[in-house]
Amino acid sequence: MNFHAIRAIYIYEMARTRRTLLQSIVSPVLSTSLYFVVFGSAIGSRISHVGGVSYGAFIVPGLIMLGLLTQSISNASFGIFFPRFVGTIYEILSAPVSAVEIVTAYVGAAATKSVILGLITLATAAIFVRMPIIHPLWMLAFLVLTSITFSMFGFVIGIWANNFEKLQLIPLLVVTPLTFLGGSFYSIDMLPPLWRDITLFNPVVYLISGFRWSFYGISDVGVAISLGMTLVFLAACLALVIWIFRTGYRLKT
Amino acid sequence: MSPIISISHLAKTYAGGKTALRDISLDIRRGEIFALLGPNGAGKTTLISIVCGIVTPSAGTIFADGHDIVRDYRAARERIGLVPQELTVEAFETVWATVNLSRGLFGKPPNPALIEKVLRDLSLWDRKASQIRTLSGGMKRRVMIAKALSHEPRILFLDEPTAGVDVELRRDMWQLVRHLRASGTTIILTTHYLEEAEEMADRIGVIDKGELILVEDKPALMRKLGKKRLTLALAAPLAQIPAALAAYPLTLSPNKEELIYAYGENGARPGIGALLADLVKAGIVVKDLRTDESSLEDIFVGLIRRTP
Ligand SMILES: Nc1ncnc2c1ncn2[C@@H]1O[C@H](COP(=O)(O)OP(=O)(O)OP(=O)(O)O)[C@@H](O)[C@H]1O
Ligand SMILES: [Mg+2]
Repeated sequence: MNFHAIRAIYIYEMARTRRTLLQSIVSPVLSTSLYFVVFGSAIGSRISHVGGVSYGAFIVPGLIMLGLLTQSISNASFGIFFPRFVGTIYEILSAPVSAVEIVTAYVGAAATKSVILGLITLATAAIFVRMPIIHPLWMLAFLVLTSITFSMFGFVIGIWANNFEKLQLIPLLVVTPLTFLGGSFYSIDMLPPLWRDITLFNPVVYLISGFRWSFYGISDVGVAISLGMTLVFLAACLALVIWIFRTGYRLKT
Repeated sequence: MSPIISISHLAKTYAGGKTALRDISLDIRRGEIFALLGPNGAGKTTLISIVCGIVTPSAGTIFADGHDIVRDYRAARERIGLVPQELTVEAFETVWATVNLSRGLFGKPPNPALIEKVLRDLSLWDRKASQIRTLSGGMKRRVMIAKALSHEPRILFLDEPTAGVDVELRRDMWQLVRHLRASGTTIILTTHYLEEAEEMADRIGVIDKGELILVEDKPALMRKLGKKRLTLALAAPLAQIPAALAAYPLTLSPNKEELIYAYGENGARPGIGALLADLVKAGIVVKDLRTDESSLEDIFVGLIRRTP
């Protein structure tokens, strides 16, 4: 293991994060506040409780997940796309580092930033609503696992994309809809049976459900299934990344 | 001594079908400065990129310091530093951050004192906290050199290190290269400035259309292919070369005032003494003389033209 390399990339990436942290914080704080104003007050006045939890509190885990997913993907995809775009990737390709080391460092840095932003969103939400966190350790576990999984997914996008448009495409076209339709703002029990079954194909449902369980002990699907699905996504993204480096896909000519 | 880099039967065809290298076999000796010459698109960068692990070869094997660059890539790459042809820098990073990143990437523990020395040697020390985008082009190139040197490589590839660089920086760079060589680093450089190869290299390889058409010690190359010319300025114009001098390969200049004697090709020993004596005997008065040697440039152009 080339630990010096992992450390060097991580430090380098975190320095970039630190430089842009202020603007990175502003956006989740602002959007969380807006969601509370719009969804919390407007819809909350019609739906007062979901599964015994006030609507305002109910949407918090979904909101955090929404931010976590978009942040993880954009951080990690940009982190690897940028060196490819400007050409500095040559150095990583010529360095004595393995795929696992590169991914550990880049994904680690991107996930760290996502976790920080997730906790900031949580703190912002706490200003608006009172909410218990019944299983804090599980909450952290879901937070970290999801950040890692989607940072890895973002890393894959950053390698696949060959222009800035494609870099934006997947988050915009796939992730945001899946998150909105994944039970961020409602319980899937509220849906008609057909839609509920279709929704179960949406991976984000499992993430949000498990995450919400760690807060309130209520969930749309079993916690074990949520955790299992999260790990399956993690493994799938990992396999994809390893395949990319094995074949040199889009990295080497 | 075993070669530090051993390339055998290397070939590369890019995905688009372009064959950039054909059956290249080449050994680089430990501690030498090897200059790779060739026209644009000859395959120099491709060759270097393959050795460094940036481009995958289509065929052939490469050993760096005894390590297969594919199977034993860690050990091989640790030993290699690369300054690529293109200026590629992360504009918003500082000099200090990017050079330290390079050292870490190549598996070396942080060593601020060494990085300081590298930056000082390259006159970058007082710009260490600057964002790279604020540096001039020549300084950016020095940053790239600093990155390559940050991990103390035994083998250094310089892909056109002095392209677009002013005379002073070029001198500095030559000095740096000599200094590195003195400390035991093997250096492989590509250049379009023949002056540079002539000045620096121990050995020269010429690559054209993906084929290595010649590898030679520089002095041997100069001896083998170099031509010398003795030009004799005559006191009085000569109508034609006298029959008594027919044995010499002489030509008369168009204005009939100079006699030109070509010699030295393929190491032939000239008989200048005899020629001068015969000139005196023929009653020709020489008022001045000069000799010219063909430069590497002439040799190079001659070589490239010869291959179809
Ligand atoms: N990524 C690539 N994909 C396809 N063809 C390529 C690629 N890189 C280089 N080539 C082609 O391979 C050939 C050799 O290119 P290379 O860059 O190795 O030449 P070079 O000797 O370094 O030239 P120069 O002196 O201009 O730097 C050229 O015909 C070039 O167009
Ligand atoms: Mg080149």
